[in-house]
Amino acid sequence: MRWRHMLALLALGISCAGPAAGPDPDYPPVMPGVEFRFPRDHGAHPAYRTEWWYFTGWLQGADGKPLGFQITFFRSRPSADPSNPSAFAPRQILFAHAALSDPVKARLIHDRRIARAGFGLATAAEGDARIRLLDWRLDRRADGIFRAHVPARDFALDLAFAPTQPVMVNGDRGYSRKGPRPEQASYYYSMPQLAVTGTVVKDGKPIAVKGRAWLDREWSSTLLPPNAAGWDWTGINFDDGAALMAFQVRGRDGHPIHAGGTMRRPDGSQIVLAPADVRFVPRRRWRSPQTGAVYPVEADFIVRLPEGVRRVRLKPLFDAQELDGRAGAMPVYWEGLVSTQSGRGYLELTGYAGALRF
Amino acid sequence: MAETGGGWRWLIAGELRAFPMRFLLAGLAIAIGVALAFAVHVINRSAADAFGQAVRSVSGGSDLQISGASALGFDETLYPRLMALEIVADASPVVQLRAMIGEQNKPITLLGLDMLRALTVSPNLIGRTSAEAGEAEAALDMDALYLSETARAQNGLRIGGRVDVRANGRSHSFTITGDLPGVDAGQAIGVIDIATAQWRFGRLGMLDRIDLKLAQGVSIEAARRAVETVLPGSARLTDAEAESRRGDTLSRAYRVNLDMLALVALLTGGFLVYSAQSLSVTRRLRQFALLRTLGMQKRALGAQLLGEGALLGIAGSLLGLAGGYAIAGAALRFVGGDLGAGYFGGTSPKLHFAPMAALLFLSFGIATAVAGSYVPARQAARIAPAQTLKDAGDPVDPRAAPKAWPAMALIALATLFAFLPAVNRLPLFGYLAVALMLAGCVAGMPWLARTLLRPLARADSRLPSLDLALHRLLGAPSQASTALGGIVASTGLMIAMAVMVTSFRGSVDDWLASFLSADLYVAAASNEASFDAETQRRLADTPGVAGIAFSKSLSMTLDPELPPVLLLVRPVAGPGYELPLIEKARRPGVGLALWLSEPAARLYGARPGAPISLPIGKEGEPARAYVAGIWRDYARQQGAIIIDARDYIALTGDEMRSEAAVDIAPGASVPAVRAAIEARLPPDLAGRVSFAEPASLRARALALFDRSFAITYVLEAIAILIGLAGVAATISAQTIARIKEFGMLRHVGMTAGQILAMLASEGALLGFIGVTAGITVGLALSQILIHVINPQSFNWTMATTIPWALILAVVAALIITAAGTAVIAGRRAVSRDAVRAVREDW
Repeated sequence: MRWRHMLALLALGISCAGPAAGPDPDYPPVMPGVEFRFPRDHGAHPAYRTEWWYFTGWLQGADGKPLGFQITFFRSRPSADPSNPSAFAPRQILFAHAALSDPVKARLIHDRRIARAGFGLATAAEGDARIRLLDWRLDRRADGIFRAHVPARDFALDLAFAPTQPVMVNGDRGYSRKGPRPEQASYYYSMPQLAVTGTVVKDGKPIAVKGRAWLDREWSSTLLPPNAAGWDWTGINFDDGAALMAFQVRGRDGHPIHAGGTMRRPDGSQIVLAPADVRFVPRRRWRSPQTGAVYPVEADFIVRLPEGVRRVRLKPLFDAQELDGRAGAMPVYWEGLVSTQSGRGYLELTGYAGALRF
Repeated sequence: MAETGGGWRWLIAGELRAFPMRFLLAGLAIAIGVALAFAVHVINRSAADAFGQAVRSVSGGSDLQISGASALGFDETLYPRLMALEIVADASPVVQLRAMIGEQNKPITLLGLDMLRALTVSPNLIGRTSAEAGEAEAALDMDALYLSETARAQNGLRIGGRVDVRANGRSHSFTITGDLPGVDAGQAIGVIDIATAQWRFGRLGMLDRIDLKLAQGVSIEAARRAVETVLPGSARLTDAEAESRRGDTLSRAYRVNLDMLALVALLTGGFLVYSAQSLSVTRRLRQFALLRTLGMQKRALGAQLLGEGALLGIAGSLLGLAGGYAIAGAALRFVGGDLGAGYFGGTSPKLHFAPMAALLFLSFGIATAVAGSYVPARQAARIAPAQTLKDAGDPVDPRAAPKAWPAMALIALATLFAFLPAVNRLPLFGYLAVALMLAGCVAGMPWLARTLLRPLARADSRLPSLDLALHRLLGAPSQASTALGGIVASTGLMIAMAVMVTSFRGSVDDWLASFLSADLYVAAASNEASFDAETQRRLADTPGVAGIAFSKSLSMTLDPELPPVLLLVRPVAGPGYELPLIEKARRPGVGLALWLSEPAARLYGARPGAPISLPIGKEGEPARAYVAGIWRDYARQQGAIIIDARDYIALTGDEMRSEAAVDIAPGASVPAVRAAIEARLPPDLAGRVSFAEPASLRARALALFDRSFAITYVLEAIAILIGLAGVAATISAQTIARIKEFGMLRHVGMTAGQILAMLASEGALLGFIGVTAGITVGLALSQILIHVINPQSFNWTMATTIPWALILAVVAALIITAAGTAVIAGRRAVSRDAVRAVREDW
């Protein structure tokens, strides 16, 4: 669940509906009781306002040193006047982000692409995951393996993601609520425990890598609660094959507004976590020298399971994993490689450098 | 030489005290020359900087640009083809329009951008919104208009307001969302979304520009080669440097002409220095001889005279630099960076000081003054002290007949140069021909004076004053020819300029008469293309309109190194239009018939009947055409091509027009038809259309002509004044130098009146010979200006018209000045006591 991008993209959609533009396009509402079908639902859902394909994971080269990465493709349908016949009319916007965390150097490098759909330069196909965005690509092949081709400034990622488990459907059979109101929701599934192989080009040298990754897939048309300031999210692949997704939405007063998650056990059974089942407890804070924002980079997600309360302690591989996106029309947030007891994953902390706008 | 230092100062100071006017004039002439040259340079530098800045501003920092070969733009499918190239890191498609915002008719450059692309390719064009809105949402605001500070200030607009934007004959309302912090001050630029621009302003499917950001390590040259492979005929590859170069090309010929005028002023200054110095040498010969006998070295004496010249040059040049800078500042403020010639429309340049150029022009001024002193210095250094102390006669032996051949050789060379072609589109040989012709004439003066005066002197006139004057002129040839040279040079230049400008104005007037043959002209405000097919039909049916022809013009690039030509779309045969044809193709060629203006034909080397391709064909393929005829045009120096309206519609489908020429039915009145047309205009055009009758258009055009020649007129006036002043200074100096002679004449019984009559005759004779020669050389020079320099600089020809009245006035003024100054100076000299005058001179 990557709301910061959703926010940015929703903002795109809102602003496109200027006073002179035509009626709002009819975005389909997110409702419970819709069955996911694959591979169709790996593909784009262009009628919805926003959608993403979000990979995060760990990699290891031959030298055994760890690397963290994220590759995200976003699709947004702005509410531009549908009667504009121009081929440049922004009917769909595609937008991608890639980052590489190097714990040895304690450094994060990232790059991005953005384009309006059209002219064959940016397309997100329906039916299966097939995205072209300028020189970046994401494809799901017939063998079920996702391939991402991401040549970026200062680095390049060429990775294949092979599923090792079935799709993990979040919330109520994919209907995942984000706030107290029923329309504050999204369709949401994850693919934890993806086996990664491929090449990372770093410092001009290609490195063969292997690792574990997590894919988050989400599409929605609706807004978050208006009083939210940010959120804290994590996705953890445990060594025994279990997986945890947990999040909380923070209000402007710092208190949680909403929370949720999914726990999948090694045997494949799944537990849906209700708002009361998830708590986020900061343990150590880090102050960003660039932005002055203070992040709870070390924290516990406390989840209530049928067998009892489980405290998942998250420790960052290094502190400086803040993405300062101010220069590129993006918000400031912390997206970091974390480890926990017998598990590794990503922690996302947003809304700490001033409240996010809605 | 230290011991002569005292002599130095004493001599110079004495000379300055004795003849302040002469040195003042010489210094002033040098100052004017330097000022003019420096002002032209500074103004052009400032204007070129502003132009380059405008080009860079609009390109927003991209590496390379693809531009439409014509204002019609090119097909948008080029954009993905460019994006697919390896060398292209990113590309930003642009719709570029000239637009009006708000109520003021101050045009801005309106850019339709995909901000998502511009963000990386041309970040200087990205708008900044108020603090509440984010960059991402601003990037896709279909309703947003971002205005540069200048665009807002010019139109009195503020961020947050709504404003109507008119372009391409359409109007749409926008919210002024923010400003353009990356755009340089002085640039009126507006930015909207590309999809809105295409939709609202009738540009669907078309682009005007694609800005490229090259992949890392790709050279511009490699990129050019790769881009050329996908480029259709309707698009051109440009970079900011080439654009600036084109702007430079546009004004270069005009600038060089101004530089030449500055050079003439400088040379005049040099000549005045020469005349002042040689007269002062003549006058001070005995002083110098005395100094020599007292032990001063030859070299020291020459160096002293050169030093005097250098001091004069430094003073004059410094004054000139200050003046030039002031002139440039004033000109930029009041006339504009193009000196009234209309080359850099829409840019308001800031004054730049040019230290290197200042040094250069300073050294020119000094060099000129030193060069002017060189011959007199050598003359002074060569004197034989003993002989000179006894008799200060004319240094040239009057018994030897002056040779005619050096003058003849110079004039022959000038004639040869006049027939040579332009070098790099500049009439270098033409200017050389002018210089050689002048030099030849000045060199021929002693010979001419002797040839003309000898027969007169032989015939005894029985008028002692006249006879004395004649013999004096024959007996002191070097002094006579110094005065004559000045008269000839200034008269010649004056007459040449006068004939050229008169011929030009006459030709323009004739051309206007034949070009403006309709009864009434209608134009949309700022030449926006506002008349669509429906409006055209309605206007054609207006009662009282016998015929109406609609037209528009759009710029089009045929050669990336040349400024764009104007494509004029109009009926070739129709009411109100008659082409002033110079040449016609004998038989029709293949493809469309195009009529080229004379500048266009000369610039692109096109002959009647020759094939030519037009970069506005269907699917980006150039249309085949041929030159059907060549017509006279003085309005568009960059060249103009006329295409028949029907051919143009068949080619492009574009039916929008911006102007109309109306023939009025017999019996109908112009005001009535005008009112009827106004009533038939669609409501959004009412009040945005102007009417003009041929008479007022002609007056406006001639006013424009005079404006663009304003600086030329001023220079001409200065040249005349310097010429007259030079003649006056020369003659008065000579007269004063002859006090001893007048005393002698008084002793032998001549009256003061007779001496004055003698001086007046001398002056008049000199003036007459000088003016006769001056008119001859002036007419010859005018032909070089008309038939060589003008066609080679501006690509137009004209018919010679001789301004007899002006010439007569100039002749009279010169002769009167020459005679009058001689008399005035003589009166002073003669009024002194004759006995003392002789005694003072021993």
